[in-house]
Amino acid sequence: MFYREAGDFKTSYIEDSQTFPIRLDRWGYYTIIFIAFAVIPFFINDYWANAVFVPFLIYSIAAIGLNILTGYAGQVSLGTGGFMAVGAFACYKLMTAFPEINIIFHILISGGITAAVGMAFGLPSLRIKGFYLAVATLAAQFFLVWLFNKVPWFYNYSASGQISAPERTVFGIAVTGPHTEAWAKYMISLVFVFVLAWVARNLTRGTVGRKWMAIRDMDIAAEIIGVNPLPAKLSAFAVSSFFVGIAGALFFAVYLGAAEVGEAFGPQKSFLVLFMIIIGGLGSIFGSFAGAAFMVLLPVLLKNVLVGGLGWPTDLAAQFEIMLVGALIIIFLIAEPHGIAQLWRIAKEKLRLWPFPH
Amino acid sequence: MSDTFFFAMEVALNGLMAGVMYSLVALGFVLIFKASGVFNYAQGVMALFAALTLVGIQNGQIPFAHVINATFGTHLSTFGWNVPSFLAILLTLGVMILFAILVERLVLKHLVNQEPIILFMATIGLAFFLEGLGDLMWGSEIKKLDVGLPQGVSDTIERVTYEWFGYGFFIDKLDIVAALVATVLVIVLTLFSRYTKHGRALRAVADDHQAALSVGISLRFIWVLVWSIAGFVALVAGIMWGTKSGVQFSLSLIALKALPVLMLGGFTSIPGAIVGGLIIGVGEKLFEFFIGPLVGGATENWFAYVLALIFLVFRPQGLFGEKIIERV
Repeated sequence: MFYREAGDFKTSYIEDSQTFPIRLDRWGYYTIIFIAFAVIPFFINDYWANAVFVPFLIYSIAAIGLNILTGYAGQVSLGTGGFMAVGAFACYKLMTAFPEINIIFHILISGGITAAVGMAFGLPSLRIKGFYLAVATLAAQFFLVWLFNKVPWFYNYSASGQISAPERTVFGIAVTGPHTEAWAKYMISLVFVFVLAWVARNLTRGTVGRKWMAIRDMDIAAEIIGVNPLPAKLSAFAVSSFFVGIAGALFFAVYLGAAEVGEAFGPQKSFLVLFMIIIGGLGSIFGSFAGAAFMVLLPVLLKNVLVGGLGWPTDLAAQFEIMLVGALIIIFLIAEPHGIAQLWRIAKEKLRLWPFPH
Repeated sequence: MSDTFFFAMEVALNGLMAGVMYSLVALGFVLIFKASGVFNYAQGVMALFAALTLVGIQNGQIPFAHVINATFGTHLSTFGWNVPSFLAILLTLGVMILFAILVERLVLKHLVNQEPIILFMATIGLAFFLEGLGDLMWGSEIKKLDVGLPQGVSDTIERVTYEWFGYGFFIDKLDIVAALVATVLVIVLTLFSRYTKHGRALRAVADDHQAALSVGISLRFIWVLVWSIAGFVALVAGIMWGTKSGVQFSLSLIALKALPVLMLGGFTSIPGAIVGGLIIGVGEKLFEFFIGPLVGGATENWFAYVLALIFLVFRPQGLFGEKIIERV
């Protein structure tokens, strides 16, 4: 009754092509932005920041990045963990080498460096496809993790092989290091998510995004109608790696504070992000958020129920979680291959007609 | 001839043996891929699961003992009997066949006509499910697997080679057994697919799903069959790997190496799986031997993948794979 296009008259092309054409959607979007920026920072505490909000925001960036590559351009990648490691280590090297420059720039440049690395590993995608490519990206995963483990220059010759983020400030407020307030962590992640999601959304509905989708749907046909696969595929790899690199930099500098490469950026991370976009929805920005939220909240919830409620030891709960995640992946692929985003879309379609479906 | 040369040869020989192990896992991949077009990522975890189940049955462990204990506060652990190896292997095979039937019923049946990449992701989900299930059922600690296979360095070979070359080669007996088993397995599989009714049906399905359906071959039965065979191959691989390095989670990671093996050998070729495995095995050991010390070692983690990656750029279908023909 309330959720509909009727009565919402568009008088210019800009209005007609806006992201949220339905008024209620726009209001919902503004409300969420308002709550995220102006309400949550005042109420957030350490537990909520570290267990839910900060990982959710950072994984959202990674998921959007992978979704651009896998969901929009159709190139399956299992190298996300490795590319996150590139972002993290680039950020660490920049932070320690140029302490006088603002960390925002460090994080952005880390994204750029990751984009370059991602393009290098994306080159084979011009020759190989599908799961051949998926396995080839595993090469990036294993090689990069090995590289950051074995070359001491990357971790500044520290004895433990760990990297830890020194304290850096934005407008005089610490955003990395051990004395960071919960709301500062939250805000810096939120700003990056907000800007990057906006960029991603507008990239994917513009010329570039359409080229990616043409490549995804059928690359030979796309080539015939005039999409050059080389720039299309490489730009997908570059943009995706840029996002993933920024996620890696934030994950290390803001969320973890100190990281050991094999543990923080191993193959498990690649799969985690891949699961986020499968469950959330391939080829959907909203799906990336939904998937990230799902995969961040699921362990928290399971831990509360199994460890807190049933009194299971944590290792059993962790094993049960792995099993459940596997089962959920299969269930989602069977029941709804387009993930939570598709459920949301269906719900909106229903709402449009409600309460008079005929 | 110098000692370095002999040492390098010994390294290569050991690589050859490790390659046989990779081939064993790769074989399972190829079988499923040929018959159903599914790239079964879970093959490695299937080997782990089979090995875990085998150990569990052998030692008479109660499945889900930890879960039951945690929920009801009991202290169950074992039934208190030991099952002989042979019987345990048969029982494990039964479990793997049951698993194949369940996979067909619950997963594959619902994903017919989906894109290959969706099926691939489904098998990743399957791998995670199986990994969690294995740990929940049998516990996650490292277990020793012993089904009576010979182990340890072979003295005979060391002595004989010392007499011949003046240099004794160290070769694990288990590796020789693995090589023999792999050979037998390949011969049996080849005979099976050539001379039996179901084998012919298998090849027909591999050739063309729809044509096979139209002459009355039950696709569902073939899938159960091929997943059972893959389960059997996984069991063999699990026994070999498990005996060599204990039954633990890293087993499934080692099995991941089968992926580059396949890319090298081609997804559709059984000889390709064997040759690819040998190349990767020898290649990574020699690379580690010659280049490894220069760059800090542990190159075995990525060498196989990078080799496959470089190789694929020049020959996307692998060494023995069928030429990929694209149609719009």
